Amino acid sequence: MIAKAARKASAFDSSLLVRAVGDAFLKLDPRKLARNPVIFVTEIVTVLVTILAVRDLFSGGPLWFSGQIALWLWFTVLFATFAEAVAEGRGKAQADALRRTRTQGQAKRLSDPKNRGRFEKIGSNALKVGDVIIVEANDVIPSDGDIIEGVASVNESAITGESAPVIREAGGDRSAVTGGTQVLSDWIVVRITAAPGETFIDRMIALVEGAKRQKTPNEIALDVLLAGLTLIFVLVVVTIVGLASYAGAHVSVTTLVALFITLIPTTIGGLLSAIGIAGMDRLVRFNVIATSGRAVEAAGDVDTLLLDKTGTITFGNRMADELVAVAGVPPRDLAEAALLSSLADLTPEGRSIVEFVNSKAGIKNPDLGGKKVDFVAFTAQTRISGADIDGVPYRKGAVDSVLAAIGATAPPDFAAAVERIARTGGTPLAVAKGKQLLGVIHLKDIVKPDIKERFAALRAMGIKTVMVTGDNKITAAAIASEAGVDEFIAQATPEDKLSYIRKAQEGGRLVGMCGDGTNDAPALAQADVGIALQSGTQAAREAANMVDLDSTPTKLIEVVEIGKQMLMTRGALTTFSIANDVAKYFAIIPVLFVSTYPELKALNVMGLNQDTAIISAVIFNALIIIALIPLALRGVKYRPLGAAAVLRNNLLIYGLGGIIAPFIGIKLVDLFVNLFV
Amino acid sequence: MTFVGWIQIVTFFALVAVTAPPVGIFMGRVFMGERTFLHPVLEPIERGFYWLAGVDSNKGQDWRAYVVAMLMFSVVGFLSLYALLRFQAGLPLNPSGFGQVSPDMAFNTAISFLTNTNWQSYSGESTMSHLSQMAGLTVHNFLSAATGIALAIALTRAFARSQMRELGNFWVDLTRCTLYILLPLSIVIALALILLGLPQTLLPWVKVTTLEGIQQTLSMGPVASQIAIKQLGTNGGGFFNANSAHPFESPNAWTNLIEMWALLVIGFGLTFTFGRMVGDKRQGYVLAAVMAVLLVSGSIAAYVAESSGNPIVTAAGVDPSLGNMEGKEVRFGTALSSTFAAITTGTSCGAVNSMHDSFTPLGGMVPLFLIELGEVLPGGVGSGLYGILVFAIIAVFVAGLMVGRTPEYLGKKIGAREMKLAVLAILILPVSILGLTAIAAVLDAGKAGPLNTGPHGFSEILYAFSSATGNNGSAFAGLTASTPFYNVMLAIAMLLGRFAYIVPMMAIAGSIATKIKTPIAAGTFPTDNSLFVGLVIGVILITGGLQFFPALALGPIAEHFMMMAGHLSP
Repeated sequence: MIAKAARKASAFDSSLLVRAVGDAFLKLDPRKLARNPVIFVTEIVTVLVTILAVRDLFSGGPLWFSGQIALWLWFTVLFATFAEAVAEGRGKAQADALRRTRTQGQAKRLSDPKNRGRFEKIGSNALKVGDVIIVEANDVIPSDGDIIEGVASVNESAITGESAPVIREAGGDRSAVTGGTQVLSDWIVVRITAAPGETFIDRMIALVEGAKRQKTPNEIALDVLLAGLTLIFVLVVVTIVGLASYAGAHVSVTTLVALFITLIPTTIGGLLSAIGIAGMDRLVRFNVIATSGRAVEAAGDVDTLLLDKTGTITFGNRMADELVAVAGVPPRDLAEAALLSSLADLTPEGRSIVEFVNSKAGIKNPDLGGKKVDFVAFTAQTRISGADIDGVPYRKGAVDSVLAAIGATAPPDFAAAVERIARTGGTPLAVAKGKQLLGVIHLKDIVKPDIKERFAALRAMGIKTVMVTGDNKITAAAIASEAGVDEFIAQATPEDKLSYIRKAQEGGRLVGMCGDGTNDAPALAQADVGIALQSGTQAAREAANMVDLDSTPTKLIEVVEIGKQMLMTRGALTTFSIANDVAKYFAIIPVLFVSTYPELKALNVMGLNQDTAIISAVIFNALIIIALIPLALRGVKYRPLGAAAVLRNNLLIYGLGGIIAPFIGIKLVDLFVNLFV
Repeated sequence: MTFVGWIQIVTFFALVAVTAPPVGIFMGRVFMGERTFLHPVLEPIERGFYWLAGVDSNKGQDWRAYVVAMLMFSVVGFLSLYALLRFQAGLPLNPSGFGQVSPDMAFNTAISFLTNTNWQSYSGESTMSHLSQMAGLTVHNFLSAATGIALAIALTRAFARSQMRELGNFWVDLTRCTLYILLPLSIVIALALILLGLPQTLLPWVKVTTLEGIQQTLSMGPVASQIAIKQLGTNGGGFFNANSAHPFESPNAWTNLIEMWALLVIGFGLTFTFGRMVGDKRQGYVLAAVMAVLLVSGSIAAYVAESSGNPIVTAAGVDPSLGNMEGKEVRFGTALSSTFAAITTGTSCGAVNSMHDSFTPLGGMVPLFLIELGEVLPGGVGSGLYGILVFAIIAVFVAGLMVGRTPEYLGKKIGAREMKLAVLAILILPVSILGLTAIAAVLDAGKAGPLNTGPHGFSEILYAFSSATGNNGSAFAGLTASTPFYNVMLAIAMLLGRFAYIVPMMAIAGSIATKIKTPIAAGTFPTDNSLFVGLVIGVILITGGLQFFPALALGPIAEHFMMMAGHLSP
């Protein structure tokens, strides 16, 4: 339902922008703005200056000045609300798309779960938790639930955007179905697990729309700091009245307000919520739904990642990697035998052997037309598969089974090869033609090509990777060292995972993990960041604080990066905002006291026109918000470096840059303003 | 500026740099309960105190209990000192027969010594009996210093511990600090000062015939013992009104050097104590570096400004080669007078060996600004450490998000609660300094104080409230502060600057202590390198600068540009 189009829409899509402009005005409502202390205070003093400007209009005061200031202060507030509206825009569009397709259909409720034939039709809104329904081919599943009987292919494109149907069946880790998806074939009996209005899609709507958006812990702390700074500047500015009176200087309220607004951190105050919304939005575009902003933020804090071996670190299946011929057997004979014995083998291992021989040995699949071919399928008893071609048996299988079947003993070089393969965590398959032992196929877990670099990057960021696998220690160690993970848990049970997470957390670590099965649920709940795969069970999805709609376990790494990027963006803009203040003092203070102490014009280091300096500072202060909206939405540039390097770079750009930029910016604005004076 | 001047400054700071670490390590041993070479002698006395007071030295206190104990102790200390000053006329050891101290003066003085400020609204040699000086003021010089150090140690423990509530025991920390650290060091320093010529006597005065043949009465008393702790405990309250500029408080260059050394050694030493106690020495070095960089820069700035002299005076025909010598003692010279001004305000000591009021505008702005930076360079004993830790927390929070993690300092995550309390603490500076200065600048009672008009007069008021809030105690001497208005207002500033800061700071300690200590990894915000030194310096300068720039512009900055333009104050 997150239509691909909506997902890809740019934040600066013109229709979204038009809508954002309208929303920006609606957000001026002080009751809504009160959530944002800095901008709320800005609005209050803006109203004050507006009243003063109106007074000047009738009393013949300096309207040109107070009117200008009032106008630009309104822009400051509007730019801040606009930033938030733009950030929310895409989420709103997605929520609309989701709503349009939300089903208002009928459900077939069974009065007796055992009897599929007798059902009553009720509105899907009337379904309660625990009701049992039947869903047949072409029915839309009315609500979230667990399959208790049957198997069906389901089109989940409404949620995942993937059009290929998936198989859902009772029992196991693929029993969850989601309301709004459609059964394409067969039938299933489903027990409802969500009350109306609390289904997965309802929650998705609420989340992408930001309706339930709560401030994250860091956002709250930052808000406190910004409110504190605002309070400090209230004191600074208000006391100027008293301090200046000692020197006999009179300072106008409008000027003081201008100084105040330029000093308080309006830049970060105006962009703070936009950054948070954009962070959630980036996840949604990434096809990950977080239950809260808190979860996204926690992802940035994670310093230990539990990764399942299969699917994350290695491709799902073992693959042929090497052929070792017995002494005296030409390698080509072995390759041909391996190929022939695997032609009919449709298991991933079998196909990998065919592929390996095709590409590495350069032998094409033979034309078997006209030959008498009998395929022998693999069974758990024989542990051998192969084919009889014109009566010649080609066999491959577990080493001892094959040896027993052909009644041979292992020659020393063959035994050595088998031992070596087993020791490095691979699986040896013996290959025989007739009664002749030809050699061994080395099947191994293939580590994904770029995974080692990614783990190195994670390590540089201070994140420890832990591989979780059901394999034995030897196999696990071999793969762990090949993939470059920091630690591994071999022969892992769900309890092992849970206890590992607990222990890590007691040591002060924050743990992220990915899981799909019901038995993963406790660990997912215990982890600081748990990502459930959309293909997983309802229990796993409930326990996790994020759901990955694409069901690709590597996403955990990207989610961590998005979390970090969100925090970095906040920190960078806060630093920038505070650093900006230095220049503003140099713009405003000389003007403020110049009538009393003309000598203070020496502080006018930017050489501003003293009639327009204050307005220039206010204009700069407003425009910088607009200028930084793209950065707030996109996030600061993220590179997987250690904290020290990241800090140095960002401090240079946003700290030092934040001090220097406004000197240049205010000067430019002042030059521009003076074109019209 | 002279070569000798620079050599003096470098030698002095080198002396501190060499001696502060061992003192800090020693203090660490004392507070971590390890045995030291003083234990055989002092431990029985320590136990005796606990027995007398009924204190269980093994019982830890959480932050609330610790603060309550400290506050109770302070209230009792205040009341007893106030009573002593009010009734000194009828009490023994009053050879000069001084009368009772007026209520507002006694209030101001009691608060002043309680808060380690030692703002002296009175003139010691003509107001205080020997009993008041010894049993009142000198006792508080020890106790206020020990209180500050104890609080800093409690905050240090909060960072060192993981998931704990207890921060130590106030009574134990107070006793150990006084007994093992302040007393022994003071005795050594006092003896050295006596050897170098300071008086230590119970006689009230001596009559001498001067070279001109005139009879003169010279005030005397137990000077050396008070001067030792006055410097060591960053108290600053001199025996005489002229403080360390007085020849009986500091007769020569050697006593000057010792007094300057005593002023910094504990403040810098505590950063090493901190590093040791949190189990990462580099964290302590970083704090010491922040303090040192800013303090030395302040010294240099003051020295440059003072050596440059005053162009108006030079134009009037005065030889500028010695720099601006107005208000300075020839035996100390420009270099060590400027350095003294910087270190006495970088710490919250407030002892002076020259008159800051007579400095050039920028030279005088250095001590003023150093106070307004929050008294953390290295600040008052103890109070400087907990002050700079609050800045470090803010620095970590502002910039820490930039590494993409919830900010943490020493493995402790900094959250909304810590931020709320830290903001509350740093708000005290503008509330008290700017708020009270503005009130004084508006009211007639306030405007009557300054001796000068124009920006310099304004600087005198600003300096007084900065000094009181920072618990410094030094003064731009032009201000007549012995009026009821200033006595009360400045006492309020001193109280705010001390206790309104301590309570939120200790609440931070309580919250930090209960947090889990996360292990340091490559993703951790690094707080042990030069980058962090620069960051904390930036935060201190920007926070201080942004708050006080308008006020400074109206005072010393305006005065400076007027002086450069050849204008005298209106």
